[in-house]
Amino acid sequence: MGEVIVVTSGKGGVGKTTTTANVGTGLAMLDKKVVLIDTDIGLRNLDVVMGLENRIVYNLVDVIEGNCRIRNALIKDKRYPNLYLLPSAQTRDKNAVTPEQMKKLADELRDEFDYILMDCPAGIEQGFRNAIAGADRALVVTTPEVSAVRDADRIIGLLEANEIRDIRLIVNRLRMDMVKRGDMMSSDDVTEILAIDLIGIVPDDENIVISTNQGEPLVGSDSLAGRAFMNIARRITGEDVPFLDLNERSSFFGRIFGKHKK
Amino acid sequence: MGLADFFKRKGSSSIAKDRLKLVLVSDRAGCSPEIMEQIKNDIINVISKYIEIDLEGLDIKITQTESETHNGTVPALYASIPIKDLKASKK
Repeated sequence: MGEVIVVTSGKGGVGKTTTTANVGTGLAMLDKKVVLIDTDIGLRNLDVVMGLENRIVYNLVDVIEGNCRIRNALIKDKRYPNLYLLPSAQTRDKNAVTPEQMKKLADELRDEFDYILMDCPAGIEQGFRNAIAGADRALVVTTPEVSAVRDADRIIGLLEANEIRDIRLIVNRLRMDMVKRGDMMSSDDVTEILAIDLIGIVPDDENIVISTNQGEPLVGSDSLAGRAFMNIARRITGEDVPFLDLNERSSFFGRIFGKHKK
Repeated sequence: MGLADFFKRKGSSSIAKDRLKLVLVSDRAGCSPEIMEQIKNDIINVISKYIEIDLEGLDIKITQTESETHNGTVPALYASIPIKDLKASKK
């Protein structure tokens, strides 16, 4: 039986889609069968980040409305075995789908896939309720900024109220140079404030912009962000992976980041 | 900026952390500004029956305080109510 994982954040632009694309691809590289579902109806994005935008025939709303079978709408990513994308509808209203329908769809996919990743839209309205409806676990993405952390706290409260107990934190776009001079909250600070377990720290990395331009996930590459995303994928499978030393030159910060492990 | 100032300078990250902690306490308590205003008015009404208070200097907010019974902090309603004059109404 596959697991349904929702990637959410509350605030927009913190890296949900990038995280879904990279963690999902990472899981596929680990020989897991993975499907990525873009639940942001009306604002389709995951397809372009994955570089699969030219292969869309049917979408999520077509499946829900019974215009096609699930397997007709799934796009197989030819670069990785076992990786599929269910794209969102670009021209439909976000209320075209209900949480009950999404839960049913997720449950149908459990038989065939090891991991079903839901890329959640920003906000806490219908789109959010759709994305979390069938989820067993949640990955909450935040950046070390007051607005993103505040929204993450609200999202964590809503996830708990919906009885999703396994909630893990990803601190994205961390800049070690700014943390070092005291001008950015560290992942320790953010974890302390939000009081949930950390599953990944992703450094701010210009390679992410380049990889998104190319439509090719960064995970598996030797860049810091690529390694950080692969480590998150490994931790999802239950592997015990130490946190990356994001500042190999400084032993002091190495110690701080070394102690994140729980 | 001198060297002493440099070391004394509080990094903006600790300001962010302090502000977040405070804002999250009231977010989590689910206390809207309207409810806080009602609580404030009710408190003013009750206290004003007995003593004259300085409405200008009144400050009511939800904050965190050290718990006396277990380790860590708990949310607390903090009210600072300056007294103008004890009423001589009681004989």
